[in-house]
Amino acid sequence: MSARLSLGPVFFNWAPEAWRDFYFRVADEAPVDAVYVGEVVCAKRSPFLAPLLESVVDRLRNAGKQVILSSLALIGNEREAAAMVEATGSEDFPVEINDIGLIPATAERPFHLGPFINVYNESTLSYLAKRGACRVCLPPELPASSIVGMAKNAPVELEVVAFGRLPLAISARCFHARSEDLHKDGCQFVCGRDPNGITVQTLDDEPFLVINGMQTLSYTCCNLIDEIDTLAAAGIGRFRLLPLAIDMVAVAQVFRDRLDGRLSAEDALGRLHMLSNGLIFSNGFLHGKEGRRFLPSGA
Amino acid sequence: MMELVCPAGTPAALRTAVDAGADSVYLGFRDETNARNFPGLNFSPEELGEGIAYAGRQKRQVFVAINTFPRVGAEHLWQRAVDTAADLGATAVILADIGLIDYAARRHPSLRLHLSVQASASHVAAIRFYHDAFGIRRVVLPRVLTVADIAALNAQLPIETEVFAFGGMCPMAEGRCSMSSYVTGHSPNTSGVCSPASHVSYTRRGMELVSLLAGSTINRFRIDEPAGYPTLCKGRFKVGDRASYLFEEPTSLNAADMLGELKAAGVTALKIEGRQRGRAYIGAVVSSFRTLIDAMESGRAPPPEIVGELRRLAEGQRSTAGAYGKSWR
Repeated sequence: MSARLSLGPVFFNWAPEAWRDFYFRVADEAPVDAVYVGEVVCAKRSPFLAPLLESVVDRLRNAGKQVILSSLALIGNEREAAAMVEATGSEDFPVEINDIGLIPATAERPFHLGPFINVYNESTLSYLAKRGACRVCLPPELPASSIVGMAKNAPVELEVVAFGRLPLAISARCFHARSEDLHKDGCQFVCGRDPNGITVQTLDDEPFLVINGMQTLSYTCCNLIDEIDTLAAAGIGRFRLLPLAIDMVAVAQVFRDRLDGRLSAEDALGRLHMLSNGLIFSNGFLHGKEGRRFLPSGA
Repeated sequence: MMELVCPAGTPAALRTAVDAGADSVYLGFRDETNARNFPGLNFSPEELGEGIAYAGRQKRQVFVAINTFPRVGAEHLWQRAVDTAADLGATAVILADIGLIDYAARRHPSLRLHLSVQASASHVAAIRFYHDAFGIRRVVLPRVLTVADIAALNAQLPIETEVFAFGGMCPMAEGRCSMSSYVTGHSPNTSGVCSPASHVSYTRRGMELVSLLAGSTINRFRIDEPAGYPTLCKGRFKVGDRASYLFEEPTSLNAADMLGELKAAGVTALKIEGRQRGRAYIGAVVSSFRTLIDAMESGRAPPPEIVGELRRLAEGQRSTAGAYGKSWR
């Protein structure tokens, strides 16, 4: 069977209506069968999305998508922990856990593990599968040798991030607020101005990283379009696209067409270049090199 | 009595730390299994055995940090490191990877397990996961918590907490940062290094000295300024037109003023960072903290010359209480 596509959670602080409309369009048009929703980066943003969540979930489910609720990546205090335990304990959703503390004490209810959980080897994968993990999105830092090694006899479904700005770090400190001389507690939600994050440049004007509130992301956009067929042949059955404020429906279609053999790798890459609004692509992590590099297929 | 946990990058540093008053010394093997995998640093199994004997003669303990994430196909290297530490009589191993912790708990049920800061367990449920599943006895807390957070954790936790008191500090959640591998191809999680020296260069440009990491500018200094090491998250960067130390200033953590608060928050042990540091530094920092802890425990005021000495030893002569004060965020 051909590999499947997932849409990861939106990392950025989009206006609630834009967030809702994005998912409505995904429901209606995007060739992905699983959609992860929920605030992953900053607990302060969650209340803005909460009132729209039900309509988004309904629309996605009615379109036949599997909807999974993603947890925060870094739980900062006990209040956030309690809120997350409540949200992820709901029977209404499968959940994607991004913080180890949310793993239930008993393996009665299966859960997904997000890319923020350090699954670097077979032993960790096998232990977490025993605890109830049913699908694991691997950390984007992993090279192909590790991914392929884990895919052999994997006890659970493995997912690999194939497109988007990669999450590189998370902090208790808000860099978006800090860049405006604001404190996190009085941040004025300045992160909402930058739907793809804000670029961090070196003092010599080299675009270097991207910040999104407490999260640091790659400046480059991960793009494994050249590699997904090899990974699929090695047993990876699912690829994740991380939302950016570009035409993600069209991006998903390119990946679908490539996986189904309707597009050559070269044509698919060309289309992604056109859709990407000047984003610079990278695939270095997969090749065991600097994550920011782009290496030609077979390198 | 608060425990003083000190770093040793070499057998000589271990002896220095023990002689200067460390209650415990932590160290790593000379390979990729530990998060300070720097050239010329760390211990062979023979050196570990000698170090444990030296510490033991003075009733001190040795912890072995095996706190990187084992590589697919090479997990046996990390497992062997745990076996060696256990066989040589280390008091505890400091681990981060779930699979390796599971191995250590099953294979060496009487070995004390400490949870490395690289596991990024920052709240009660996360710490409880490691305690309930593997019997972790102590957690090294992430440097992202306030003293109030730490007190709240200790009120609910059945295990000991160890916190960083002095030395380098990460502004990011430790063990969950791949900025270094994004830029250089090597990260703490995979290779045990961050912003590795092999990728650092300095170049003179007019009246400026530029520090670079893998060819990217991390900072620029006037020729008459001291040029700091280009650790990725301590560089100066631009957002829009404005240059700043966006992630963290090139300061080091110094919680010397907060020992009483940390003790009141229920902290068991204070940790000094710096396995890459030389003997003179280790000796000075460890004996300063020994004096401060002894003063605190006997109700005496901290000697002002010691407080000044620690300020002087802090990186770049600037220090911060970091996340222990909430304004850091």
